[in-house]
Amino acid sequence: MSRPSATTESGPVRWLLIGLAFVALSLFLLLPLAAVFVEALRQGWDVFIKAFSDKAAASAIKLTLLSAAIAVPLNTIFGVAAAWLVTKFRFKGRSFLISLIDLPFAVSPVIAGLVFVLLFGARGWFGPFLQEHDIRIIFALPGIVLATVFVTFPFVARELIPLMESQGSDQEEAAVTLGAGGWQIFWRVTVPNIKWGLLYGILLCNARAMGEFGAVSVVSGHIRGKTNTLPLHVEVLYNEYHFSAAFACAALLALLALVTLGLKTAVEHFTGHTTKGRH
Amino acid sequence: MAKQRVIPGFGLSLGITITWLSLIILIPLAALFIKAAGLGPDDWKKILTSPQVLAAAKLTFGASAAAAAVSVVIGLLTAWVLVRYDFPGRKILDAMVDLPFALPTAVAGITLTSIYAPNGWIGQYLEAWGIKVAYTPTGVWVALTFIGFPFVVRTVQPVMEDLALELEEAAASLGANRWTTFRRVIFPMLVPALITGFTLAFARAIGEYGSVIFISGNLPMKTEILPRLIVSQLEQYKYEAAAVIASGMLIVSFALLFLINLLQRRLNWQAR
Repeated sequence: MSRPSATTESGPVRWLLIGLAFVALSLFLLLPLAAVFVEALRQGWDVFIKAFSDKAAASAIKLTLLSAAIAVPLNTIFGVAAAWLVTKFRFKGRSFLISLIDLPFAVSPVIAGLVFVLLFGARGWFGPFLQEHDIRIIFALPGIVLATVFVTFPFVARELIPLMESQGSDQEEAAVTLGAGGWQIFWRVTVPNIKWGLLYGILLCNARAMGEFGAVSVVSGHIRGKTNTLPLHVEVLYNEYHFSAAFACAALLALLALVTLGLKTAVEHFTGHTTKGRH
Repeated sequence: MAKQRVIPGFGLSLGITITWLSLIILIPLAALFIKAAGLGPDDWKKILTSPQVLAAAKLTFGASAAAAAVSVVIGLLTAWVLVRYDFPGRKILDAMVDLPFALPTAVAGITLTSIYAPNGWIGQYLEAWGIKVAYTPTGVWVALTFIGFPFVVRTVQPVMEDLALELEEAAASLGANRWTTFRRVIFPMLVPALITGFTLAFARAIGEYGSVIFISGNLPMKTEILPRLIVSQLEQYKYEAAAVIASGMLIVSFALLFLINLLQRRLNWQAR
């Protein structure tokens, strides 16, 4: 970058700042990331592989995939609908609605779990009714999905709203005048325009859904082999001092994070535009 | 709504949005407040002023504020380096900033604990200096800073990219050195973004659970954060107390966000 020298710093200052940033981020980011894999492999590959052949681990992975497979599509549909609503139309209460969509970001994951315990727990509002009809929500899959949906609620919408706002509605309006129907416009005009942002929103939503800990921990009940997701399984192993196995499962989750970041960088590269936002 | 809508789908998208928002977010949160309101003001006072809650609140808000403050410094430095300089590894550094967003909190929690434990990679050197991090309030602060600083980078970065270099040139032509230019010209323009970043980091830190509970050790009165206290109330089937603490936390975080939003609006308006 050749900037006029009046608007940049002298060489030494520049390299000092770059050096400081490198040291800070290495200590803060790279070291923890390296630690996950080092700890996971401390007792060798055999122990690492064995951590996944365990029955409880397999069921935790299955449950994690299943709850994400339910929660992510639901929030994707919501996110697209919400983004369509607030970017294509102007109406009273629109900015209030946008703040409401962001609301889950300001709610502790623990509270996100708590609200569903208060509603559906044995001593919650619907508790007696659910018990009578032998429906389990808390300490079962539905509760885990509900908590996951709560914490991943804004992700897709948050990605799409600024993107669709900046694109405007000209193309959709043109399609209307050419006689296209609503779904036709959506699939053939809007989706091609927003596909990368949508993909990125889904990726983030998925990463958070699979990695969610606090909210799921409150509603899951930690029933081994039944209601433990992978992050909860990590906690159980860790608290039982099975450190290598805990870090092996943690390494799998860290890989998921790295893949998410890699895909994000790829998406940005493809679109030549940044998708940086607040998450 | 007299203006005619050209684009179809208003009813459908409004229906989906409001239904999902109500079912997942609004009704459950309302249930929480109703549950908490079922107790009288005396009970609220008793629960919220119990020594354990006060100690947890002090730790949670104190460590969150300290973490958000340090996040502002690290975040400003990182954003500056990423936006202003070109150097090998810049792209990787940029991508890595998002790691705390993408890394599951439980993974961050056990990893930070292993690094800062007395025999850990960093912990052993700090131990030699007599500094303990894991299982102390300092550990809580470390975890919250890890979680918080990307918020500052990602809010400051776009603003920094849009800064007009002409202003800096003008400052230089008027005889200001770089430091003066930064202090008097650049920094004031970044203040609203820094405040937003601070707020986001702070709000996230208050509610953070997974990355904290491993490194903190959760000693009641000492290293127990509010979210962990809610969980322990639930484990003892004290639903009402859990609901009251949660409502208190939510009220404080909503109020903070609202206040800082107002402040930011004013700053933005002044800067115009």
